[in-house]
Amino acid sequence: VNALEVARGVREGATSASEQLTTTLGVIGERNEELNVFLYVDQAGAVAAARRVDELVARGEDPGALAGVPVALKDNLCQRGVATTAGSKILEGWRPPYSATVVDRLLAAGAVPVGKTNMDEFAMGSSTETSAFGPTRNPHDCTKVPGGSSGGSAAAVASRMTPLALGSDTGGSIRQPAALCGVVGVKPTYGLVSRYGLIAFASSLDQIGPFATTVADAAVVLEVIAGHDPMDSTSLPEPAPSLLAHVDDGVAGQRVGLVRELTEGADDDVLASVELARRALEDAGAEVVELSIPECRLGLSAYYLIAPAEASSNLARYDGVRYGLRVDAEDVAAMNEATRTAGFGAEVKRRIMLGTYALSAGYYDAYYGQALKVRTQMIDAFRRAYREVDLLLGATAPTVAFAFGEKTANPLTMYLSDVFTIPTNLAGDPAISVPFGTGAGGLPVGVQLLGPGRSEARLFAAARVLELANGGA
Amino acid sequence: MVRDGWETVIGLEVHTELRTTTKMFCGCPNAFGAEPNTNVCPVCLGLPGSLPVLNVRAVDLAMAIGLALHSTIAPSTFHRKNYFYPDMPKDFQISQYDLPINVGGYLDLPDGSRVTIERAHLEEDTGKSTHLGGSGRLQGADRSLVDYNRSGVPLVEIVSGPDMRSAAQARAYASELRGILIATGASDGRMEEGSMRIDANVSVRRAGEVLGTRCEIKNLNSLRSLQRAIEYEAERQIDLIGAGGVVRQETRHWDEVLGVTSTMRTKEEAEDYRYFREPDLVDLEPDAAWRERIRASLGAMPAERRATLRARLDEPTTAQLDALEVVVDLGFDELVLAAIEAGVEGPLALARAANELAASIERVGDLDPSAFITTLAMEQRGDLSATQAKTVLLEVLDHGGDPAAIAAAKGFERLSSDSLGQTVAELIEQHPQEWARYREGDEKLAQFFIGQVMALTRGQANGKAVVAELRARR
Repeated sequence: VNALEVARGVREGATSASEQLTTTLGVIGERNEELNVFLYVDQAGAVAAARRVDELVARGEDPGALAGVPVALKDNLCQRGVATTAGSKILEGWRPPYSATVVDRLLAAGAVPVGKTNMDEFAMGSSTETSAFGPTRNPHDCTKVPGGSSGGSAAAVASRMTPLALGSDTGGSIRQPAALCGVVGVKPTYGLVSRYGLIAFASSLDQIGPFATTVADAAVVLEVIAGHDPMDSTSLPEPAPSLLAHVDDGVAGQRVGLVRELTEGADDDVLASVELARRALEDAGAEVVELSIPECRLGLSAYYLIAPAEASSNLARYDGVRYGLRVDAEDVAAMNEATRTAGFGAEVKRRIMLGTYALSAGYYDAYYGQALKVRTQMIDAFRRAYREVDLLLGATAPTVAFAFGEKTANPLTMYLSDVFTIPTNLAGDPAISVPFGTGAGGLPVGVQLLGPGRSEARLFAAARVLELANGGA
Repeated sequence: MVRDGWETVIGLEVHTELRTTTKMFCGCPNAFGAEPNTNVCPVCLGLPGSLPVLNVRAVDLAMAIGLALHSTIAPSTFHRKNYFYPDMPKDFQISQYDLPINVGGYLDLPDGSRVTIERAHLEEDTGKSTHLGGSGRLQGADRSLVDYNRSGVPLVEIVSGPDMRSAAQARAYASELRGILIATGASDGRMEEGSMRIDANVSVRRAGEVLGTRCEIKNLNSLRSLQRAIEYEAERQIDLIGAGGVVRQETRHWDEVLGVTSTMRTKEEAEDYRYFREPDLVDLEPDAAWRERIRASLGAMPAERRATLRARLDEPTTAQLDALEVVVDLGFDELVLAAIEAGVEGPLALARAANELAASIERVGDLDPSAFITTLAMEQRGDLSATQAKTVLLEVLDHGGDPAAIAAAKGFERLSSDSLGQTVAELIEQHPQEWARYREGDEKLAQFFIGQVMALTRGQANGKAVVAELRARR
């Protein structure tokens, strides 16, 4: 049952928010121990939210577009009074005194947040294996990773615990786990969704977006959470776009560019899915042309300077002074060091060191400064491409879900999981991963559609074409 | 103070808190003196997930400062200055770096010298630490407390060129700048509350030589400390060089009690702040309309106001010129000008403003200008003695009301010239020697007779009327 159906049922009285919540809590109870999807289930808060929705329905009032739909939140999204860790020991026990804008908007639309999902520590990883609280398992194969960093949110939707989830995407952290778990995942245009209340990893790249089982569900969630927020200076000035109304617009007459660099090095099963997607788009009336955006090859290098640089600054506040973990020592500087040494995992420390180095006097120009130039080139390159075509097509991830431990020994192999998703973050543009076919071991494959800034309506329409071609209803 | 053949070279960095209602990046009140950690929210506490939103009023005031200092208002950006300190909740400070809002400019001092302004940029203030036990500084304290009420209060840092050549000139610059900050409405100029703090860069050289190595003295919080610290530091550097030593570039701390500067950290220990563009804020590009709106809202600056008032005084004495500076500093010049316009003599208006009004400064805001003028006019006419006029003025300041009614209620009736004449005549008889000296032209003796009359009338007489009586009998 998808989110739109649940919401319709709740509004029409065919079911209730409380009933839906009971179902959700039942599935979580059955499978969470095995899958490690939720770090925290806010049962009391969810029951209260569901009851409020049911009361509105009983009074004849409209609870909103997501009436009674249970939703999972990635654990880097703040919700007032609800434990939030960002997958790190350093924040264990912290309860934010405020809610992220997206959480407030979900609640205002009648959604029922049920808890916080597992993630790579501070969103740094592609498998949930860097979580301080153990990895999440892929619902399709428990020996495989769900992808990351929003692996918990992807798995929550894939395992049917919740019809919807929110994640955050800095270099692919929504799209890659969506692909590996076989669900729809959206990275919106930078600034479309407020970041207020999202625990920052790399501020200039982070965007919040939805996971859903259908394209239409993802469109509804984005309509709910998008739109200007005065609490986020980088928030776009306009209200949320109309998406659901355009989801069946199709792709007839659209020009789609199949990007060589966004398939290069992908496994054969992934390439096969991209080829099938290309044909599906052509069958629906699109013209698909092959093109090259060589700048994409520089994306990974630029990303691993820019994101760690921003992270080294964003994560400085976890110093043991005000909240979270504190490891006492003889003076403040020693306490800072002991706290951070004990509280951060290896990958977080690696990126803080990378970023600190990239920004240091004498190295800034050669590293961070150079990466910014590459980013500008990337933006220009995509802009040029979108003069020729309406949308771009590529793979989401080079492989299907991989085994635990397969890529942890060498960080570079793990970083390569995001090679197709990173360029979009650097450009600030939207992209969507849609399940399309299966690969080795029957595991899901995702294909990626990319568009210019604010082209979400067009992207969702194309994604819907692929969804139908893949056997969707 | 500085020895022959040596020159002191000084540049100042003045930090001023801006008088906004709310903080720089959140809606918390910007107020001094509240209970610790009450004016705080997720943003100014730097909680995970919080984001800054620029307070437009802080930009208004920064632009006003720039315009008053003849700076160019330029498109600017915000950067993060990264370093760990417990009173900085994010462990970085949002500041402006290579593209500040105000570029260049100058400030002319009353002595005619000109100090160039390099830049005046926006940044946020930190919280305030209190260290208990140990040395009273962070390292070695038993316990440290942090009040984040000040965290995120908007600041403008005004950086001068290395243009000043004496501690006195540096003090004059700081004083003039303080007047401008108050006049623009950007700051209350209260150094004792920390709303204006100064770092002084000091070096010495033998006249005509290239610039010497500078030391930066941090956090000077009074004009007197500024002058003393610079004087001490210049002497220290000259002694050091004279003894064959070399000045190290370093940051120094001024000890107010001991009257000495000491090393805080050397250049080698200086932090690498790893500045980079603040990704949570957008570029700041005030358009022409915004700039013009601020320009139009600016009143006259202290130099111009001093000149305006000066033009209404005939051959003022040094004391009157001092009073004039005080009056402009305190912003009473419009009141004084209004009194002069109404026929009050300039020196009288200046004296009452620089003394009585200055002593009740916190109540002047509610003073009815016409009551001030009426009181002074009564004094000038001789209806009130100086003492009576001061009493009436204080009453007006404290409780308001009509000066004539207050005078009547206090029994300040004008001494008739008949009875005053009789008193003066009696005194002349009682003090023949003094009278003789006065008649021979010793004007100082007038004061003697005024004093005697005051004693007899318990201060109710008018000095000028006494002099008139004396002159009439001479």
